[in-house]
Amino acid sequence: MWAFINKLRSPKWFYAISARLQPWFWAAALILIVTGSVWGLAFAPADYQQGNSFRIIYVHVPAAFLAQSIFVSLAVTGLVYMVWKIKIADMAATVMAPLGAAMTFVALFSGAVWGVPTWGTWWMWDARLTSMLILLFLYLGVIALRGAFASRDSASRAASVLAMVGVINIPIIKYSVDWWYTLHQPATFTVTGRAAMPMEMWLPLLIMVLGFYSFFIALTLMRTRSEILRREASKRWVRELAEETT
Amino acid sequence: MRPKRKQKLYMVLGLVSLAAIAVGLTLYALRSNINLFFSPIQIVAGDAPYERQIRAGGMVKEGSVARNPDSLDVEFTVTDYVEDVRVHYSGILPDLFREGQGVVVVGQLQHDGYIKADQVLARHDENYMPPEVSEALEAAGYSPADYQAKAAEVAERVEEREGASQN
Repeated sequence: MWAFINKLRSPKWFYAISARLQPWFWAAALILIVTGSVWGLAFAPADYQQGNSFRIIYVHVPAAFLAQSIFVSLAVTGLVYMVWKIKIADMAATVMAPLGAAMTFVALFSGAVWGVPTWGTWWMWDARLTSMLILLFLYLGVIALRGAFASRDSASRAASVLAMVGVINIPIIKYSVDWWYTLHQPATFTVTGRAAMPMEMWLPLLIMVLGFYSFFIALTLMRTRSEILRREASKRWVRELAEETT
Repeated sequence: MRPKRKQKLYMVLGLVSLAAIAVGLTLYALRSNINLFFSPIQIVAGDAPYERQIRAGGMVKEGSVARNPDSLDVEFTVTDYVEDVRVHYSGILPDLFREGQGVVVVGQLQHDGYIKADQVLARHDENYMPPEVSEALEAAGYSPADYQAKAAEVAERVEEREGASQN
């Protein structure tokens, strides 16, 4: 276990292993997202109340899952970087933040589009919607902090601290619909209970969620690789690699 | 773990737990303001201010919707199954508005005890199902909202009843 973690700290080793893993995740993402979209948008049954507008769930829920998971990942990589000084964690955090911000925006936007036909409004300052908007601002803050320092180390530390403190918002998002009266309905899916949805509706949703996660992993591997090359450009193994390929 | 790293880990964990406590206390102090709406119980108990913009939420009471055939005026009762509040509204209702549906009403509470609504928003629950399933459920005498969320419970009850009848 420790040997594996020690290997993982080495950017060179990570660069090699991620090259082998990356195509599998891209393939999985492509297959799952295409299958999930076609199934969800064309073949899954319409909802008894909302009709076809309920199909927005197939984008809204995966995006919202990812938005929250990526922020937790930022906090974990931030902790690893702060305590153990593992550079690869900081590189991953750098490239994950923009995708997380994009997913938060997608979740907010698709939610607004969905809100017009079902609720009768595209925005309401209820706890779920507001805490999700705060998540978007936290992401923007993390990204901005990275750009605000002359020294990379200070920038990384500031961004890590914001991510670790900001992760408090994640349980607030999750439980907002249970703690307070909100316009947003409670969760359809719970870890313990049964889904409040028949299988022909949740199966394509599950496929979409897995597809979104594969896409996140594939994109993070790809972008971490370019971040490694950028940061280690003066290292010998990178120069040798560049000479080999040219 | 080296002592320096351990110290750093404790520092970070301390910082995060302090921030969590601060946020938790703030949310606790503001808890009534974070709620999106007043329930009919709170309104009847006098918690909601009069003639100021408030939001009220609950279910549209079955059989309470009265439409004026010549205009968009509509009256209905919002209930939490304990207390009722009458609502007057003039405008277009959202597609999901129906009796038994959750709604959030934005408007002013009048001294006569009814709410003059500016906006009516529909809430929907966490249950999704195809129309055929909801029809079958209704035919069997269940509300669509009971579906699956309460399916296990209903199944248990049915089993118990069957068990009792056998004995």
